[in-house]
Amino acid sequence: MKKFFLACLFAWATCLQTFAQSDIEMATGLRSSGKIYVVVLVILVIFIGLAIFLFGLDRRITKLEKNQDTK
Amino acid sequence: MKKIWWKILAVVLLAGVIIAGLLGPVPELPILNETIRNVYFHVPMWFAMLFLYLISVVYSIKYLNTGKTEYDVMAVEAVNTGVIFCFMGLATGMLWANITWGDPWPNDPKLNSSAISTLMYLAYLVLRNALEEEQKRAKISAVYNIFAFPIMIVLLYILPRLTDSLHPGNGGNSTFGSIDMNNQLRPIFYASVIGWVLIGSWICSLRYRLRLLENKNNQID
Repeated sequence: MKKFFLACLFAWATCLQTFAQSDIEMATGLRSSGKIYVVVLVILVIFIGLAIFLFGLDRRITKLEKNQDTK
Repeated sequence: MKKIWWKILAVVLLAGVIIAGLLGPVPELPILNETIRNVYFHVPMWFAMLFLYLISVVYSIKYLNTGKTEYDVMAVEAVNTGVIFCFMGLATGMLWANITWGDPWPNDPKLNSSAISTLMYLAYLVLRNALEEEQKRAKISAVYNIFAFPIMIVLLYILPRLTDSLHPGNGGNSTFGSIDMNNQLRPIFYASVIGWVLIGSWICSLRYRLRLLENKNNQID
């Protein structure tokens, strides 16, 4: 019984492995190592920085427009 | 236009696209490998450009109908912003093509016609600078713009579909959308398109408001 159980487990494990193998190489290793999160964070920081810059620009222009109207 | 919610929406959408686009699952394809993720970032540049050129044409028509200078200013600033997105699209496309097609500029019909349409819109901006008189400039450039837009559409979206092109969805039978775009990609891709279109309109509206302020200041002096 124990042998049968072990054999089942082994078969299941090999099955998993063959399903996981695919002919096309993707950068799964890169993501599993966790370092890709650093790149995502870097791009996010750049993007949010630019967005804050745009919001600031928007506010300054709005202020100028208000000054123009009161003149 | 001055409401803030759509600007926040654009930023949130694009932040989500950056996270999900880089980490989410993508179809495994030969040659493309992980570069398939460029679909989320390269293609929306062209959608943003197209949208801004569309705004420009609408305001050119409005200008010819009413003769209001604000409409002319909006038409120029939309093209100014659209050209930036066009160059971003060209640059990212060349980087991507270098890896997957083996050449930054293979003589693909879509690439060549995009170069022609870029030159057409640069000519619009040069034409404006060449004309001194304001009303004449606005009128001539509005007419030019109305002619340039359909030619751009034909060059970018019709001619490449009639011949063979390396771009998916071009050449052969291009009506099967499900072959060109995987359903896994769709939600993030559409979010990215909406996000970049909104960001483009935002930058365009900022430039428009700035130009109006400059015009007002020049009148007072």
